[in-house]
Amino acid sequence: MAHGAGGKAMKDLIEEYLVGQFAGKFSAPLEDQARIDLSEILKHDNMQGGKLAFTTDSYVIFPLFFSGGDIGRLAVAGTVNDLSVGGAKPLYLSCSLIIEEGFALDDLRKIVASMYETAREAGVAIVTGDTKVVEKGAADKLFINTAGIGLIPFGVEISVGAAKVGDSIIINGTIGDHGASIVASRQDLALETSIQSDCRPLNHLIQSMLVASSEIHCLRDATRGGVATVLNEFAEASRVGIRLYENALPIKDETRGICEILGLDPLYLANEGKIVAVVAAQSAGVVLDAMKQQGFDQAAIIGEVIAAESPQVTMKTIFGGEKMIDLLTGDQLPRIC
Amino acid sequence: MKYVDEFRQPEKAEALFKAIDNLAAPLSDKLARAVHIMEFCGGHTHAIFRFGLEQRLSKSVELIHGPGCPVCVLPMGRVDDCVALAERPEVIFTTFGDAMRVPGSQKSLLQAKADGADIRMVYSPLDALNLAKKNPDREVIFFALGFETTMPSTALTVLQAAEGNISNFSLFCNHITTVPILESLLDSPTFNIDGFVVPGHVSMVVGEKPFATIAERYKKPMVITGFEPLDILQSLHMLLVQLQSGKPCLENQYARVVQKAGNIPGLMAMQKVFELREKFDWRGLGEIDKSGVKITEEYAAFDAERKFAVPNLKVDDPHECQCGEVLKGEIKPWQCKVFGAPCTPQNPLGALMVSSEGACAAYYSFGNTKELLDKRQEARPSK
Repeated sequence: MAHGAGGKAMKDLIEEYLVGQFAGKFSAPLEDQARIDLSEILKHDNMQGGKLAFTTDSYVIFPLFFSGGDIGRLAVAGTVNDLSVGGAKPLYLSCSLIIEEGFALDDLRKIVASMYETAREAGVAIVTGDTKVVEKGAADKLFINTAGIGLIPFGVEISVGAAKVGDSIIINGTIGDHGASIVASRQDLALETSIQSDCRPLNHLIQSMLVASSEIHCLRDATRGGVATVLNEFAEASRVGIRLYENALPIKDETRGICEILGLDPLYLANEGKIVAVVAAQSAGVVLDAMKQQGFDQAAIIGEVIAAESPQVTMKTIFGGEKMIDLLTGDQLPRIC
Repeated sequence: MKYVDEFRQPEKAEALFKAIDNLAAPLSDKLARAVHIMEFCGGHTHAIFRFGLEQRLSKSVELIHGPGCPVCVLPMGRVDDCVALAERPEVIFTTFGDAMRVPGSQKSLLQAKADGADIRMVYSPLDALNLAKKNPDREVIFFALGFETTMPSTALTVLQAAEGNISNFSLFCNHITTVPILESLLDSPTFNIDGFVVPGHVSMVVGEKPFATIAERYKKPMVITGFEPLDILQSLHMLLVQLQSGKPCLENQYARVVQKAGNIPGLMAMQKVFELREKFDWRGLGEIDKSGVKITEEYAAFDAERKFAVPNLKVDDPHECQCGEVLKGEIKPWQCKVFGAPCTPQNPLGALMVSSEGACAAYYSFGNTKELLDKRQEARPSK
């Protein structure tokens, strides 16, 4: 337990694994807080009348390493994306690690390196952090909390309640990759698949969408609860109906296969690199083009906002029937037969 | 996706919808009501709702969703027995996922797990057996559930446990059988179903004969059916052709999977491990003769009911529940007094609201609940 006591062992741990990776102009020499010059913030465009965005999230995923990512990449990309879907340009992140005693230092080193790489990819700086080592059994291997600060320029107004009748629903790629890869990587299933998590920072994509159109009304990353949950949140907050088209949904064959075997629905699977956008219909084309230019070839218009007596999400099935896409009751449980 | 997309082609479905309507309309005129077809299996119910088939179907055909969801027909007392077993300190209780939420009289397995019982979700009984091998100091109980579909895998697991002398593994056996329940429905005087979509996976195990016998005895059209949309539509068409010709029999639409004689090694394993119970209790339907199985004397060492004293109390369903009437097709789910309020998937009163294969949960999740409740309101004064 020597690592948690704040003594020399702890200092070594921080210096060896964390400072080595994250230290920059903000943190030396190991003050208790990051110090950011206000001039650094004010030099960004359109900050007069703009807003500061601030968010936090904790990451407790099992397993820590999965196909296409790890908890470190997830913790950085997740917070970057939470800022970005508000229209913010993410700048600074904090990082707190809660480590179970006995956790392999090699794994820790890999995860920290992955956080660093992901931050570099997103163009954000991890400027402050904390590490606690807790007794065996008090945490499950490693928990990570990241908080993030970003800037919303003047004029960007994106809100969950801003969907209007006639708007188009757009997604930036295949649905459910992350959830499917996590399900498949659980050892007890012994499923062999090439599917990878879509875990990635989306701030550059979102910035390019905002440049392409000023008519992006709602934007959210479809993490836990999946695309279905996000759409229900849009419908509820905007008091509208949303209709999806089953034949327009981009879903990988591997994901469909895993869902068929286990009786899961891809619309409820978690994503870590997918955003759902509600865009004025006349701008849908340019936004889609901007997404494709950023390499999101599978981006697609998957539905539309419709007038409805009460907020609801429905889907036109490939057979022309219509079904409700409701909020999920608890977690999805695999079906027996 | 191979072997799936072929059976989901919208153009072919369109042609079948039309052909079904052409056949059903004159039949319905003759009957002076819609043609009643029951799909017995929960898997079919789920597929019908998932693909929105019912709304596109001819108004001359009415689908009745039968008692084929094993989770739904599990009586509350058996859930209580599960909880009692799971709460024993030495026990690791293993179960399929969708049994977790079924309400007992006190709590569901999900609630028991939250209260500290060691309950684990598995995908196969073999996972449970492996768990027993890894934890020799604990008793691993597998909650064996389902119709004939899941029986071979449970039976083979018991045979493996016996072969490997695994003494800390047992079954809480709740397997049920298809034919007796079908017969009990057909014997009921108020039951008016014109034809049956027969469960494909049960038939894969038991073969054609048991259903052929029923079709002959009760003079009802029956078609063994796969689980993809085109399977179901084709099967409805075949049933209507039989009705039109007036020659009811058993046909096999799912020939790519179901062999005439069934799964013989599976049946042999089942025969070794299981024997019929005198009667078994079904939620909403009551006790039905010879409708469940228990473990044979030879494998008694793997029977959790013999190994541990289970309370085995019969608990009545909440009296306002109309699950039984829904299961028999006497009323539609939305016509039940408690559908939508207070009985919802978040807070199920009746078992049909629990599993995604239950008719009520399917209506609630995939249908427009508000519209259905309005319809019930309208329907009331005339009752």
